[in-house]
Formats: sequence, C-alpha cells, structure tokens
Amino acid sequence: MVGEHKNKRLSAVCFHVFSLLLGFLMIYPLLWLLASSFKSNDTMFHNTYSLIPESWDIIQNYSSGLEGVAGYSFLHFFKNSAIVTVVAVVTTIFSSLLAAYAVSRIRFRGAGFWFGCIIMTMMIPSQVMVVPQYIILRALHLNDTLVAMILPWCFGSAFFVFLIVQYMRGIPRDLDEAAMIDGCGRIGILFRILVPVVQPAIASAAIFAFYWIWQDFFQPLIFVGSPRNYTIPLALNMYTDPNSFNNYGGLFAMSVVSLLPVILVFIKFQKYLVEGIATDGIKG
Amino acid sequence: MAMRKAKSLQETQHYSAKDNAVGYLLMTPWLIGFILMWAIPAGMSIYYSFTDYNLLSAPNWVGFQNYVTILTTDTNFRQALFVTLGYVFVMVPLRLIFALFVANLLNKKHVGMAMYRVLYYVPSIIGGSIAVSVVWKQIFGNQGVIMSLLERFGIEQEYSLVGNPRTALFVIILMGVWQFGSSMLIFLSGLKQIPDALYESAAMDGATPIQRFWKITIPMLTPTIFFNLIQQIINGLRIFTESKIITDGGPMNSTLTYVLYLYRTAFTNFHMGYSCALAWIMVLIIGLATVLLFKTQKSWVYYEAQ
Repeated sequence: MVGEHKNKRLSAVCFHVFSLLLGFLMIYPLLWLLASSFKSNDTMFHNTYSLIPESWDIIQNYSSGLEGVAGYSFLHFFKNSAIVTVVAVVTTIFSSLLAAYAVSRIRFRGAGFWFGCIIMTMMIPSQVMVVPQYIILRALHLNDTLVAMILPWCFGSAFFVFLIVQYMRGIPRDLDEAAMIDGCGRIGILFRILVPVVQPAIASAAIFAFYWIWQDFFQPLIFVGSPRNYTIPLALNMYTDPNSFNNYGGLFAMSVVSLLPVILVFIKFQKYLVEGIATDGIKG
Repeated sequence: MAMRKAKSLQETQHYSAKDNAVGYLLMTPWLIGFILMWAIPAGMSIYYSFTDYNLLSAPNWVGFQNYVTILTTDTNFRQALFVTLGYVFVMVPLRLIFALFVANLLNKKHVGMAMYRVLYYVPSIIGGSIAVSVVWKQIFGNQGVIMSLLERFGIEQEYSLVGNPRTALFVIILMGVWQFGSSMLIFLSGLKQIPDALYESAAMDGATPIQRFWKITIPMLTPTIFFNLIQQIINGLRIFTESKIITDGGPMNSTLTYVLYLYRTAFTNFHMGYSCALAWIMVLIIGLATVLLFKTQKSWVYYEAQ
C-alpha cells in the first residue's frame, strides 16, 4: 500500500515536470519575443537565446515602432485593422446566422441544395478564388480600399454557418412551434427564442472570425496596395524589409502590440473557444 | 444522411409560399456572397485558365496550353508540389501523434490541468500571425537563438537552419507541429466520450495500459482521428504565410509552397491565366485527397453501431 502511494506521487511529479517543461518550450517563442522587444538594438543579437535583456531599451523600441513606416504611424495601421476586423466580424456572423437559421429551421424549396453549396465552399480553399476576386474588385474600383478586405467576409462564411447549424440541430423544434402558437413570427423566433439559446455557438464563431480576420495576411496582401490602407500584418511585413525599416527593436515591439488583442480575447473568452472546438470536433 | 432526409421531406411536403419567401429572404446575404465571391469568380477562373490573361491586355484563348505546360515542363510547379506534399505528409502525422500523446497525458485528474491546456493551446490561436513567423525567422535564422546556443557550446555552423536548403522546410514543419493545440482539444473531447466501463473491464481481464491504449483508445478515437486528418490535410495544403515570411520560398526554392508559387505567378509575374490553371489543379488535388481518404475510411474508421 505504501509503495503504491509512493509510486503515485512519483508519477505525479514526473507528469508535472514533463508538462511544465513542454509548456515552457511551447511559450518560449512568445517569451523570447517579449524579451527581445525590451532589448536594445546593439545587444539584441548577443546571446540571442537569453530571455533577460543585457541592456534595456523599452521606450526607444516601442516609440520607434509606433512611429511607423512609409509616413504612417503604427496607430494608423492599428485603426485600419480594427475597422476591418470589427465590421467584418459583425457582418459575417450576422449573415451566417441568418443562413444557418434558414437551412436548419425553415422548410423552403432548395434548402438542401443550398446547404450542399455551403459545404462545398468550405472544401474549396479561398486562395483558389483570389485571382478572379481581385479582378472583380479591380473592375468595381474597390481594390486597394478597406472595403476590399471586408467584402469577402460580410456575406457570411461557410464554416460559421456550419458551426451554428450544428448547434441549432441540437435544439428541439418544439421551442419554435410553441413560440409560433404564441404568435411569434419566423424572424421573431430567430431573434427572441433561438439567438439566446445558440449564443455559445455564435460566440465561438465570432472569436474564430476575430482571429482569422485580425491575423489575415493573404487577402490584404493581394487586395491592398498602398500603405494608407495597410492592416497590421501588412505593416509588420514592411517592417521586416531591411530596406525600409532596419530596426529590430521596433519590429519586435510592434509584433507584441499586434498579438495583444489576440491574447486578451483569448483570456477573456477561452471558455467559448474550447467549447466551440469540442462540439465542432465531435459532430463534424 | 441528413441531406437525403431533407430531400425526401421535400418530395412529400408542400412548401408554403411564406416559408419560401422567408427562407430566401434569410438566405439573401449568403446568396449575394455566393454569387459575387464564389460562382462568378469560379466561372471567370475556369475561363481565364484557358487564356493567357495578364491584366493589361485582353485575354486570348489558348486552349489547354496552360495545363499542358504546367504538367509537362514547369519545374517550379513540380518543386512547389513536392514541397507542399512533403510538408503535409510530415507535418500532419507529427502534429496528430503529438496532439494525441499530449491529450492522453492531460486526460487524467491532476492539479493544474486547465493551465496546461491553455499553455499548449496558445500557439494554435496565434500561429497564423505574422508576428509569430517573424519570431520563427529570428529564432532559426542567422544570429538567431539556435545559432547563438550552438556558438555557446562551441559549434560553428556555416548556415543557419533557415539558410540551409536541406533543413529550411523542417523549420516550417516544426512551426506546424508546434501548433498542435487545437487537434489536442478535439482529441481530449473525444477521449472524454469513451466510457470508463470499457477500460475497467479490460483492466479486470488483465490488459496492460499499453494494450488498453491500442485496443480501446485508438479504435474508439478513429472517427476523431479521421475528422482531424481531413481538416489538417486541407489546411496544410494551403500553407502560405510561413513560407513567405520566414524564407520567402528559399533557399533555392526549397520552401516554395504551392500557394506561394500561385501568388508569385499571379501578382509578381501577372500571369493571371496560368495561375488560374494552377488554382484548379490545386482544387483537383484537394478533391482527390479527400475522396481517397473517404475511400479508406471503411477499412480503419470504427463507428459505433447506432
């Protein structure tokens, strides 16, 4: 009995040692980024692996990073990212919610066909469509605008439709029918009855949307050309070009700033995120 | 299954005019997006893939010439395909094995589980970010963390891992494996679904933990593994940001991924028609991979009789 107890203790210790080591390795790149954003440029590449700056230069790094590049301050890029992300997230979730409600709850002609189309667009990577999309945006004189980055999202996205449909299917139809008898219309049922119930699915879809749009590099790279309309990923990409911005401290400092909203949202909403992955994983 | 059921409903049921109106009203935003961002672009893309369109002059019909060139003489295409498939074939299994291993570790009752889960999941949410690719480049590049560690131990290297054509792709693969967190969470929820009774009766019959893992855990998890595999392969084939930022396809095209090649063809060389043909070949490859995986499903994925 005593031996078994000791064995258990030992295995618990082994477990924690391993888990902590792995955890350290996992977040080392982030710690390194944070530490490097504090290091002065001249000691940056001396004992690069170290997480403790030899000489500190926080103010210089962050202020030179915020000054920005190509005549625009970093706050300008931050503002662009914020506008694109907020508008795109709100519109894509709203459109996806409407489509999800229609295909899962309304008996209309072609519902099955359109659900099939939604699934199909999920299988085809967006990169494939990017060339003709660019040509269309150019024909509409919308390329190189903030709108160009919102447009691919604002009509809804198959993944979010699918996520909300999966959740809605788990909710009994009796709820709709009872509301209908009480005189609630079909649109009323969605907003008054279903939205409060599917709120977890909406929340996790919104968080995923936030991550993807905030960090998206590919579409902005193609749809936007002038620094005035750059979002943060494009701005950071310009910072990495040694010809236009030879300042590693500033680059690392602004990389930290670009990750802050992502980390904050994660800390605040991680419950929804973990649940969203779990339900999607089981049912998908 | 669900779709077939919906179809038989359609055949037997009469649609009320009101339901039709409301249904299409609700679908309007998605339908506009589908037409503007998918249907029309798809049609245009198919047409352009048979032309020499270059944005400046009107497209000329060239028949199958783009496809023939790609499949017979384009060495960059072959390299890009080789790099991308190599990336997927190495990264996806490693990521899934790692995710499964860690999920198993975390599926016990210890103090601090929630903290570990968060710690391992963080890389997955920020992984697509430019900032992380910048960090990766600095860690594995010249004057980077690895080089400075090697120097510390007195090992001089001519090339960094990023600068060496033989190892550059592995740096990018490592970044993919590092983001095993979301697969791990999916496995964790799969593991929680396996009834304890199965393990208990196996233990009573004298099965060792390793036997229990191979005979119970793995078979019960195969649907989850299958789902993960499909998702990761499709996602892996579209890798772009990492190879653009960390190595820009180099050195010597050793990290030229398919989407990076497509991007360069279209937006550096303005060969729009040619890049559309490349895009459709990619769709075919993804479709083929998905069909093949679904075909193998019967022989290894175990679904509980319902």
